[in-house]
Amino acid sequence: MSRLRRGRVAVLAALVVALAGTAVISLCIGAVQIPLSDVWAALIGQAGEARYESVLWNLRIPRMLLGFMVGGALAAAGGLMQGLFRNPLADPALIGASSGGALGAVFVIVMAGTFFPDLPLLSDLRILPLASFAGALIVTWLVQRLAATGGYTAVATLLLVGVAVNALTGAMIGFATYLADDAQLRTLSFWTLGSLGAADWQVVSLAAPFCLALIFLAPIWATVLNALALGEAEAGHLGFRVERTKAILIVLTAAGVGASVAFTGIILFVGLVVPHLIRAMIGPDHRWLLPGSALLGAILLVLSDTLARTIVSPAELPIGILTAGFGAPFFLYMLLRQRRKALWT
Amino acid sequence: MIRAEGLSFRVGEISLVESAHMGVTKGEVVALLGPNGAGKSTLLKLLCGQLSPNEGQVFFENKPLAEWEPRELARRRAVLPQSSTVPFDFTALEIVLLGRSPHGDASRCEDMAREAMAQTECAHLAERIVTSLSGGEMQRVQLARVLVQIDWAVEGSPRCLMLDEPISNLDPGHQHGALRVAAKLAEKGVGVLVVLHDLNLAAQYADRLLLMKQGRIVVEGTPAEVITEEQIGAVFDIRVKVIRNPTCDAPAVFVESSV
Repeated sequence: MSRLRRGRVAVLAALVVALAGTAVISLCIGAVQIPLSDVWAALIGQAGEARYESVLWNLRIPRMLLGFMVGGALAAAGGLMQGLFRNPLADPALIGASSGGALGAVFVIVMAGTFFPDLPLLSDLRILPLASFAGALIVTWLVQRLAATGGYTAVATLLLVGVAVNALTGAMIGFATYLADDAQLRTLSFWTLGSLGAADWQVVSLAAPFCLALIFLAPIWATVLNALALGEAEAGHLGFRVERTKAILIVLTAAGVGASVAFTGIILFVGLVVPHLIRAMIGPDHRWLLPGSALLGAILLVLSDTLARTIVSPAELPIGILTAGFGAPFFLYMLLRQRRKALWT
Repeated sequence: MIRAEGLSFRVGEISLVESAHMGVTKGEVVALLGPNGAGKSTLLKLLCGQLSPNEGQVFFENKPLAEWEPRELARRRAVLPQSSTVPFDFTALEIVLLGRSPHGDASRCEDMAREAMAQTECAHLAERIVTSLSGGEMQRVQLARVLVQIDWAVEGSPRCLMLDEPISNLDPGHQHGALRVAAKLAEKGVGVLVVLHDLNLAAQYADRLLLMKQGRIVVEGTPAEVITEEQIGAVFDIRVKVIRNPTCDAPAVFVESSV
């Protein structure tokens, strides 16, 4: 047991070091290469080359911070939902947060643009993230409502309702795509593939409360999530208020994921894959799993983003293409491995 | 310790439990028996608060169940539902230690957990991943978990253990082992309620038997009072012979093969 604990501490410590390394890489590399000494000078407030300083403070640092927050929030949300739904294949998109967010944004881009072109409010870009956040919350609330019967939320029902709502959302997005004109379509597709390109200090400050709340508050309920592995009734018999915990965690996830989707679009598979990687390294105990997932999620997303904005430089690849490109094969591999395991036992 | 007054539970028009009165007192093992669908598991779920009755009330230590703070209740009362799967790769020891969650001292209880696992004959499985355990192995691990939850090593203080078919996957040796653990707990003052299917095991280890049929408790008493050829025959719709168990004082039941 104590040996295991030391292993966990070592893994988390390594992740913290990797996070720092990721920060350095993402600040140095880009369309403009910035030497490490200039990055350091800018960070500690020394006068450096002015053009580097501007790139760092106006572009790279807010973008890196947004990447850390969104990656951490998505991965923590994934670990949390997998524990809550007692299903290692669960994902925040499952409860409707992602598709709800997408729906909110699509509504503003196409519907409002087509039917209410005169409203000046709707042409303001800041409305887009807000609409997406609202959509995520509404759909999640709806899924919760539909799945709850008599004050008791059956997880199987929740999952099935989630599937149905996702399908409905998909249909409505498809319809919006059909209505959209060429210019709208480009915004739409770029947005649904995900990107950290919208990052500035305002976006960072708007996303921070939601993402950080999810990342730092979720571990409070880690012991309940551990008990939930035994079953919902079993966790109740161990003295936990299961229904209340579920409600809190679902709201927390909807807020964190909704805010992430709002500012960066749909970034797939981070929430699904990262907790699996962490579980393989340090086991399923949520007290370690949630912080570990947040760290690795932050690292992977910022590294992916660094790759996304350099491989086709000066253009940018939508980051969702990268995460799905790496994530989907990994997910298939996980499925195969699980099936094989089930056959062996 | 546990008292149920006039419990009824209905789903739509169907009555699953009908005006059940019963109780479990300190230091006794009570076995709940009956044919499939008689309402045993439903009654157990009502008694542990997992289901709310349409009528009637459940008391634990003379206080209505709903008035107990969940954590306070969990320190005194452990419930083992019928087996459920664990979706993640916890070790057996980690699962047993979850039993200490209501006490908040899991990190200091590893010795206790190993000792409980020794009692339920699964100490050798401590480091195994639970998803690789067989049904019977998992059942012994789960039993160890509820043992540490109500701290089997301590005597006195009102405590209660509810088990829903805890031996359904065990071989005869482990079946007796598990029920011996329950009987030993009762000797230390724990009230034990256990749903069983095996009449002979129930007669051998329980102080009192409750026979259920179609949602009602139809017979109640000591094994000798309950296990008669007429009563068992009527409740289970079978023809039986009852003799004395040659290994102990309890009655033993044999079912005739031709009806």
